[in-house]
Amino acid sequence: MIGRTRSVVLMGLAGHLIEVEAHLASSLPAFTIVGLPDAALGEARDRVRAAAASSGLRWPARRVTVNLTPASLPKSGSVTDLAIAVAALAAAGEIDDARIAETVHLGELGLDGRVRPLVGTLPMVAAAAASGAREIVVPIGNLDEARLVDDVRVRGVASLGELLRDYGSTDASPSSLPAVLPHAINGARAVVPDLSDVQGQADARWALEVAAAGGHHLLMTGPPGTGKTMLAERLPGILPDLSPQEAIAATSVHSLAGTLDPQDGLLRRPPFEAPHHSASAAAIVGGGAMLARPGAISRAHGGVLFLDESPIPKYTLLSVGSQLVPTVL
Amino acid sequence: MAANVAVGRYGEELVARRLSAQGWRILARNWRCAEGEIDLVCADGPTLVVVEVKTRRSISAGLPQEAVTAAKVVRLRRLTSAWLAAQEARWSAVRIDVVAVTLPRSGPAVVEHLRSVG
Repeated sequence: MIGRTRSVVLMGLAGHLIEVEAHLASSLPAFTIVGLPDAALGEARDRVRAAAASSGLRWPARRVTVNLTPASLPKSGSVTDLAIAVAALAAAGEIDDARIAETVHLGELGLDGRVRPLVGTLPMVAAAAASGAREIVVPIGNLDEARLVDDVRVRGVASLGELLRDYGSTDASPSSLPAVLPHAINGARAVVPDLSDVQGQADARWALEVAAAGGHHLLMTGPPGTGKTMLAERLPGILPDLSPQEAIAATSVHSLAGTLDPQDGLLRRPPFEAPHHSASAAAIVGGGAMLARPGAISRAHGGVLFLDESPIPKYTLLSVGSQLVPTVL
Repeated sequence: MAANVAVGRYGEELVARRLSAQGWRILARNWRCAEGEIDLVCADGPTLVVVEVKTRRSISAGLPQEAVTAAKVVRLRRLTSAWLAAQEARWSAVRIDVVAVTLPRSGPAVVEHLRSVG
């Protein structure tokens, strides 16, 4: 009467492996989720029930209690939908309990039973792999992204019915609707211009090379039209490739920010971020409660943060926190 | 409406027989007071059990046990106190059960007994 599986919750960029357990009691039909769920996770009850019905399964007419452990860690979002559905249906005896206990399930469920793509798949899969998980189920739309992590078996599913059939449910039927894929990333990644394009400017080029070699900050001053922006845009081109750890971290930030095109694979080259000088503090520093929204500073992780007309954004950032000032100066 | 009442009576009759067969004493059937009606009042050994019987002919409107809402459970609890107040006997334990009966078009009735719901 107990079904168990695993999932991941994100706190900022850090993923935590959690256990999802479901208990069925012979009492009036009810469905409760405990273990510090937020409002979006509480709504998983309605999504999961509808998704099970759309997959051809009757939701158990029992008192269903789902516990997300560790109970003290706040859980948020819809990532655990798939794990909750699978754990509850295993508790009901619909699917094979042994097949799911060690597997990590990530995915949001639609009412039609399809598994919808997530943001932040890469950091979640990386965290699960780092915590020792060997088998991970992800939405089919995030499969390319999840495959960027080594040493772990990743499987993409399009619908709850498809997964349940594989787990031994005879009543489940896969969704006949087309799989939900993530929205295409707008605009191709800009080609990084080459420092060799620059004619003259020997001092400035030398300064760029020193900054790139030593990983130094660089302040450029001068009248408009002397090529400061042109030079700054060429700094990422002479930086070395990211180390494997840096590449995972930088790619994870873009996965969270929703600016990752999984076709490009891991970010191997240093990113370049040039927020407009009128950009808000939140756009630059980032923010968000529970689900982090990386700002320009985080998106430039491992690469170059170019603050054009920097005296102007400086004043905005000063109000955010004095610890940021050294970064800007 | 009359058909539904007849289905309800049939379900209560069926449940009463089953409970007697498993050794419960039926103390009252369709006991009424100002608060409403109790389908069955039984004694399961030393425990007083107030039984709500829900009968459905199809599950198109949901399972019978799904029709027992939280408000209905609260009412059953009030009815239980009313019944206890009207009796001399004292009980060491009191419980509310729901018995869900589904009567398919053909074949035997499906009976599900949910203990201690409120």
